Amino acid sequence: MIKIFDLTDVISIKDFQKKDIQYILKKAENLEKVAKSEEYSDELAGKILGMMFFEPSTRTRLSFETGMKRLGGSCVGFDGSVASSVSKGENLADTSKMFEAYSDALVIRHDLEGVAKFISDIVDVPVINAGDGAGQHPTQTLLDIYTIKRRFDKIKDLNIALVGDLKYGRTVHSLAYALGMFDVQMSFVAPDELKMPKETLHDLEKDNVKFYQTNNLKDVIDDVDVLYVTRIQKERFPDEEEYSKIKGAYLINHHLIKGKDLIVMHPLPRVGEISTDVDNTKYNKYFEQAFYGVPVRMAILKNIIKNKI
Amino acid sequence: MKVEAIKNGTVIDHITSNKSLHVLKILGLPNEDTNVTIAMNVFSDEVGRKDIVKIENRELDSSELDQIALLAPEATINIIRDYEVIAKDKVRFTNELKSIINCTNPNCITNADEPIESRFHLLKTSPILLRCHYCERLIDVEEIDNQFY
Repeated sequence: MIKIFDLTDVISIKDFQKKDIQYILKKAENLEKVAKSEEYSDELAGKILGMMFFEPSTRTRLSFETGMKRLGGSCVGFDGSVASSVSKGENLADTSKMFEAYSDALVIRHDLEGVAKFISDIVDVPVINAGDGAGQHPTQTLLDIYTIKRRFDKIKDLNIALVGDLKYGRTVHSLAYALGMFDVQMSFVAPDELKMPKETLHDLEKDNVKFYQTNNLKDVIDDVDVLYVTRIQKERFPDEEEYSKIKGAYLINHHLIKGKDLIVMHPLPRVGEISTDVDNTKYNKYFEQAFYGVPVRMAILKNIIKNKI
Repeated sequence: MKVEAIKNGTVIDHITSNKSLHVLKILGLPNEDTNVTIAMNVFSDEVGRKDIVKIENRELDSSELDQIALLAPEATINIIRDYEVIAKDKVRFTNELKSIINCTNPNCITNADEPIESRFHLLKTSPILLRCHYCERLIDVEEIDNQFY
């Protein structure tokens, strides 16, 4: 029997095979009507999702919460370590063990890399990584790929440029790895200081994935189908001066992309990377992308909690 | 070169040249109770230059051998009892290494104040390349060496 999506945790996109990603995309499409409240579901009734957000989050946290509630479940948790016992000095291990006792699955965001992996090793309930420092953000990747698939009805052969902070921007690490499974043409556009880390390049090269690196957006903009823009991650910069030098390196505005056949995506929040004059154009996919977080995370929650039962 | 034979203990031969002091460091040597003999940068027909360490009255356990493999992948271990070599083997890499070195990523959970030990997966042996189990940072041979200086 072919096993599809038997993961018990979602920590890194590297844990996924192409068929797992395709499976989640298919399930998400089936759940869109539930996500929009056009259909009713109580498949996760009685289940509780533990939300441990040690770092602030808007879209990721709310889309998990919305998804869980749309499936009939409920959520407990905190947003920001000030609101938890961590502010009193409790360690992560103890906090996680407590949440394990209260919940059927845990969603964790933290500013340190490897936290979700650490917690998944010490608790028995499923763990979902909602972003670990500059590490991975696998559920964002799944919704990014879902957005591309919904727009083009395929992923293969598309020309996709990842633009901006590729060093600290965790969404692009997961996304580059996942896109590598789909035979796309991939470009990495970043200032020299913020190039894709050696770990990601090593994994792509090992899998014989072709990619092009440049610091000049003009090298790729005429050929791309997808411009995936990321925020310069101020909070991960060692000093303010370095941040100021690079901030605003690539500004996407309507003038730049007018007449081209492409879409603009962004994991949001944006801080000046995409001008608001793109918002009301056909190029804007970033708000739709944010909505797709709900059906995609519903598909993950449904499967991961059911896999555990 | 003449180095006195030991009655009981371990001889680590074919240590990468000039790495014997690092090997001693991971073995917690020298200490007040153990006789240790070191030969550094000696000529060998097989490997050119090498270091040799003789440790009296101590037989190394497997976790210690894992650590030596990281620094001196060509090393051979001879266990001596009553002046006889009773066991001889090369150090071997294990696929997973725990608590031997620290992750070089300062933002890795293993460097925080949590009940957690470092853990690495071996990706390549020549040259050595490790990946942190938690943050996925790659650690190369130079970064490993730097931790023993």
